[in-house]
Amino acid sequence: MSGFDRTAEYVSHHSEEEGKKMRKTIWVIFWVLLAVTTVEVSLGLVWKEMGLAWNFVKITFLVLTLVKAYYIVAYYMHLKHEYKNFIYMVALPYIVLIVYLIVMLLVEGVYINEVDVLK
Amino acid sequence: MSGKAPSVDAKKLWGGGFSPFNVSYGKIMMWFFLVSDAFSFSGLLVSYGFMRHRFEEVWPVAEDVFTHFPFLHGDHPLLYVAFMTFILIMSSVTMVLAVEAGHRMNKKGVVVWMTWTIVGGLIFVGSQAWEWYHFIHGTELGALQLADGSIVQWLSDAKDGLLLTNGTEVTGADAAAMIQAGTEVYGANLTVNEYGVPLFANFFFFITGFHGTHVFSGVVINFVILVNVLKGTYEKRGHYEMVEKVGLYWHFVDLVWVFVFTFFYLI
Repeated sequence: MSGFDRTAEYVSHHSEEEGKKMRKTIWVIFWVLLAVTTVEVSLGLVWKEMGLAWNFVKITFLVLTLVKAYYIVAYYMHLKHEYKNFIYMVALPYIVLIVYLIVMLLVEGVYINEVDVLK
Repeated sequence: MSGKAPSVDAKKLWGGGFSPFNVSYGKIMMWFFLVSDAFSFSGLLVSYGFMRHRFEEVWPVAEDVFTHFPFLHGDHPLLYVAFMTFILIMSSVTMVLAVEAGHRMNKKGVVVWMTWTIVGGLIFVGSQAWEWYHFIHGTELGALQLADGSIVQWLSDAKDGLLLTNGTEVTGADAAAMIQAGTEVYGANLTVNEYGVPLFANFFFFITGFHGTHVFSGVVINFVILVNVLKGTYEKRGHYEMVEKVGLYWHFVDLVWVFVFTFFYLI
């Protein structure tokens, strides 16, 4: 390629043997994702009959969702194996924004119940 | 060797000449795009959460809305959307396998796995269209929109009694008067929704529509890259990094669905 495109300098190749190991990891992660999704769906179907508290079920859903998100980003998107400073560059702006949004959501959610001009 | 600084891999330095992230320009830009796209989806889901909290008492339960499954009769809450989730996770696996094959310069492997990814994406988009169709079409029974604009459900197929949102059952002359003043509604659109507030439909159409657009464009981009793979473009270039970049985008689409699934269907 031309001198401008320097992509090749950062490309990673691996051997047949390393590939075997990687494919094994890929399938392990797949089973993890499938298991977590199965737990979520089953819980969604039976939590009422089991007499579980909705708040507990809700938090469980959130935690399991974050677990799935972690595995997708860390392994499938390969972020776990990038340089530390690159991980921070991608993750920190997002974490700052989402914490801000959640704080806004909680503050305003409580506020609207107090005033509620619309009701 | 005293006085000499420990040697550092030149690629880790910020001094210029190398990317200190050891990541190519194109891949960094893809990550930047994905982070900003994640901002958009987070904003949408947070506003969904706020409005749902605000209209808690009239918000439809997704379990009561999405109960259809192709070729099956009766109520099957969550099953179809669970199937869609499975398809998208599966296509994420085939995508990452295509990337892995690319690292070994295995053209045939890339072609096979990318084809499966595209098939998975098409099944997902088709499923979404199917679900939209049922949501817009509504139930056979429909619901009643009262004179004040609120939605109440029928007590039975006979359509002579009503179930108010606060749980009260209305029958007889009271019900007849309310039915007289109201209008029957079927399905959901942007102004009326037989399952509850129209706002639910608005958020549903916008968020799943925005995600569906991502899936659809992902399928198109995957297809373009697959054509390039078949033509041997990346074989000649010496690396399959383009497959990696579309792979990042595809995993992101899967990632967003993980959250949409939780917030729309589970919670």
